[in-house]
Order: sequence, then C-alpha cells, then structure tokens
Amino acid sequence: MSAAEELYEVSLVVNGVPRSATVPARRLLSDFLRHDLELTGTHVGCEHGVCGACTVLVDGRPIRSCLQFAVTVDGAEVTTVEGCTRPDGELGHVQQAFRECHGLQCGFCTPGFVTTITAYLEENPAPTADQAREAIAGNLCRCTGYQNIVASVLRAAELRAERA
Amino acid sequence: MKPAGFAYHRPATVDDAVAVLAEVSPAGKVLAGGQSLVPLLNMRLAAPEHLVDINRLTELAYVRVDGDEVTVGALARHADVEHDDAAYAVLPLLRDTLEHVAHPTIRNRGTTVGSIAHADPAGELTAVLTLLGGTATLRSMRGERTVAAADFFTGPLTTCADADELVTSVTFPVPEGRTGAVWTEVARRHGDYAVCGTGVVVTLDDDLRVAGARSAYVSMGPEPAVLDLTDAVAGAMYDDADWAAAGRLAAGRLEPDDDIHATAAYRSHLAEVLTARAAGDAARRAAVA
Ligand SMILES: Cc1cc2nc3c(=O)[nH]c(=O)nc-3n(C[C@H](O)[C@H](O)[C@H](O)COP(=O)(O)OP(=O)(O)OC[C@H]3O[C@@H](n4cnc5c(N)ncnc54)[C@H](O)[C@@H]3O)c2cc1C
Ligand code: FES
Ligand code: FES
Repeated sequence: MSAAEELYEVSLVVNGVPRSATVPARRLLSDFLRHDLELTGTHVGCEHGVCGACTVLVDGRPIRSCLQFAVTVDGAEVTTVEGCTRPDGELGHVQQAFRECHGLQCGFCTPGFVTTITAYLEENPAPTADQAREAIAGNLCRCTGYQNIVASVLRAAELRAERA
Repeated sequence: MKPAGFAYHRPATVDDAVAVLAEVSPAGKVLAGGQSLVPLLNMRLAAPEHLVDINRLTELAYVRVDGDEVTVGALARHADVEHDDAAYAVLPLLRDTLEHVAHPTIRNRGTTVGSIAHADPAGELTAVLTLLGGTATLRSMRGERTVAAADFFTGPLTTCADADELVTSVTFPVPEGRTGAVWTEVARRHGDYAVCGTGVVVTLDDDLRVAGARSAYVSMGPEPAVLDLTDAVAGAMYDDADWAAAGRLAAGRLEPDDDIHATAAYRSHLAEVLTARAAGDAARRAAVA
C-alpha cells in the first residue's frame, strides 16, 4: 500500500474507562489493546482464531480480538482480563477460582479462559461438569491438561453465587 | 503475522455499501464477521486493496420467519440465528447445525451469510442451504438478483457473486410435508471443521412410509451437492427402512479427497455410517412431526 496510511481515531470504553487512540485500519483489536492502550493482559498466541488466548468481551460477548480490526468495533464496550476483578481491585470470582483450583501453570492461556468463563457464567450460572468442559472447548492450554480449568469453572460458579 | 495495509470503507447503509463496492471493484472485499477473512489477511494469504466493512449495516442484522421460510440478513451473527426461537420453531435444523459451526466465541462474530459467501467446502451452512433448496439474494448498483443455492456455489471458496455484489440475505425454505431433518458430523474436537458431515431430510407419507430422502455433505467434495437417497428406502415403514442401504448408496456417489486430516477411504466410510444414522433419526423425527 501507499506510504501514507490513513489513520482512524478509535474510541472504546475499556473496563469501564473511555480510551482512544489513532491507528491505521489494519490494527487488530488485540494489538490496539496491547500496544496502543498498553493493556498487555490480553495475550496473542496464534493470530488466526484457533487458540483463544486473545478472547475479550465486546458489548458483553466473548470474541477473538485477533480477528477484529479495532476500527470495526469503534464505540464498543470492551472487557479484558484486567477488568475481570472485583470493583475493589481484588481477584474476581473466576480469577479466585483459578488460584484455588490450580487452573493455570504458565498462565499464557489464562486471560482468554478468564474472559470466556466470566461471560459464560453470566448466561449459565450453575453449569454441570460436562457443560463446564464444553464452555472452555474453544480455548487451548498447553500446560494444565484442562482438568483443573474445568474445576475452576465449577468453583467460579460457586464463588459467584456466594458473592451475589 | 499482521495484515498488509488496505483502504478501509465503512458504509452506513446498503446503498452506500454497493456504491463503494462498484467504485473499487474488482479490488474490493467485503468484511463481515472476519472469522474467515481476517485469518487469511493475518497470514497474508489474501491482501485486498480495499475492504468494505459491513458491520454498520444494522438494517441487515435480522432473522425473519415468513411462514414456510427463514431469511437471514447479512449482519445476523451465527449466534443470533442459533438463538432465534421463532426460527428454531419452524426449522430446528438451523440451530442443530449451527451448534457444530466452530465455537460459541467464533459464532458471536461470524455471520451465517458470510459463511455461505465464503463457500468453504467444510462450511456446514453451505450444505444446509443446498439441502433445503435455499437461495441467496445479491445486490449491486446493477440491481438485485436471487440465485438458487445449486447455482450459487461454483467451486471450493468460489460462488457466482461478482466482485461488486453484496450478498444481502439468504433464505432457507422449511421442507414441505411430514419431514424430519438431522445434521450429524465427525470432527476431531466438537467445534472444529468436520472430517465428514451430513444433513439428511426424510419425508414420510400419511401411513408413515418413506416417500423421500435426500442428503448433503461437508468435506466430501469441492462444493455442496444434494444426493437423492429415495430409491434405497422408498415405501418402507419409517422404523423398518434399510438405512444402511441408503448409506451405501450415498458413499458410492461421493468422491472425497485425501488430506492431512483423513484419507478418502475413511471419509467414505464416515459418509456411509453418518448418512444411515442421520437418515434413521430424521425418519423418527418425521414420524412424530
Ligand atoms: C477457529 C475457527 C473455527 C471455525 N470453524 C468453523 C466450522 O466448523 N464450520 C464453519 O462453517 N465455519 C467455521 N469457521 C468459520 C466461521 O463460520 C466464519 O464466521 C464464516 O465462515 C465466515 O463468516 P464471517 O462473517 O466471519 O465472514 P468474513 O470472514 O468477514 O468473510 C468471509 C468471506 O466472505 C465474504 N463475505 C462475507 N460476507 C459477505 C457478504 N454479505 N457479501 C459478499 N461477500 C461476503 C468476504 O469478502 C470473505 O471473502 C471457523 C472459524 C474459526 C476462526
Ligand atoms: S491469538 Fe486470537 S485466537 Fe489465538
Ligand atoms: S497454563 Fe500454560 S498454556 Fe495454559
């Protein structure tokens, strides 16, 4: 393309805070969050939609941030793993469950699991073990073997119910 | 990897979108949910000069049930179609199939029309549209046309849509008569692209005897084709028909390829077994319909 790439101002409400930056149209939402807004909690594994590490919530729904241009979702509300805490900044119910159940080892995949599970429990507050497994089927983890992540989903549901 | 640069357009109406497409044709590509296109851009397998982003065309974000058909607009996400209760009530096959299309996170963004416009031979909705004898509606500055699924898909990842045309909607007709329809597939992991998948529609007469059976497939050929299986089972009671024979008839007519996921022989075996299984289930559904 030509040397002078056209730039767009993109404004999002990220974890409740209005943020904006001026970027080329080809800036992926994942890179917008990480590079332009310096929110490096969102991880990038495969950049073609397969691993799920980059999953964030856009208007409450989990999506792959590596498969969207920031400019496409201009104006949206975005929740990243940094926003999955309690209002006082303490660990949120999903994060707390991962800690208690040993749901992570290297932690690379964890941001994508935490966002995915947070949204899932809003719609399905009391999943069975089978449903918990299905809920995380779109995310890859190379360390844990998934058993402890399934346990974390079930524990997070309990914590969420207790805190409600 | 990152996409190459492109000129970006974000029209707010369908009229504006087709005007931009006409202006940049043939160097433009429509960007819908991005779940197939953005991986290709990221890997630089595609580098279109212009992208026409249709995510603001909220006038196309609909699922409409009109008596005997379901029409899906180009901005309806897979998840919107899957969760539409009115569509499920008249055509449960749509939800039953969509549950096999990728994972919920992908379905939140990917559009049903986009998956049909993409014409992936592994895309379940291409087979369902063909199986039901559905249509795609295309708009350009030159006008609007409605094309039958059988004519729309012209090869792997290719359709009859011209570079200046926007697919505005697709229409899935509800099968007539006492029918049952089932989708089934085998994938390495639920949500992955299927190694072999089939949709079967079985029609029964008033005495619950088989009057018709047809099937369509993914990952079994370059583009979706419908097989008529009626000869193998015509006139049999719904719970006593020789569905294995229907499976053999289907497998004999399909010519799958080998690839890294499966051999052609394994695919043929799956087609035989899955066709028989889906057809039997479809017949039982038709009997209680
Ligand atoms: C990890 C992963 C797994 C997946 N698994 C499956 C699966 O099992 N089965 C399956 O069927 N799909 C699967 N998909 C693909 C998914 O269903 C896509 O959403 C779909 O194929 C394309 O829809 P889209 O809206 O994302 O289109 P885009 O990616 O935006 O576009 C795809 C192509 O269609 C064209 N296009 C899109 N909309 C229009 C339109 N209205 N008019 C004209 N042209 C248009 C674009 O120009 C582009 O060439 C998977 C995707 C991922 C990332
Ligand atoms: S980085 Fe987005 S899915 Fe892997
Ligand atoms: S904890 Fe290492 S990839 Fe999941």
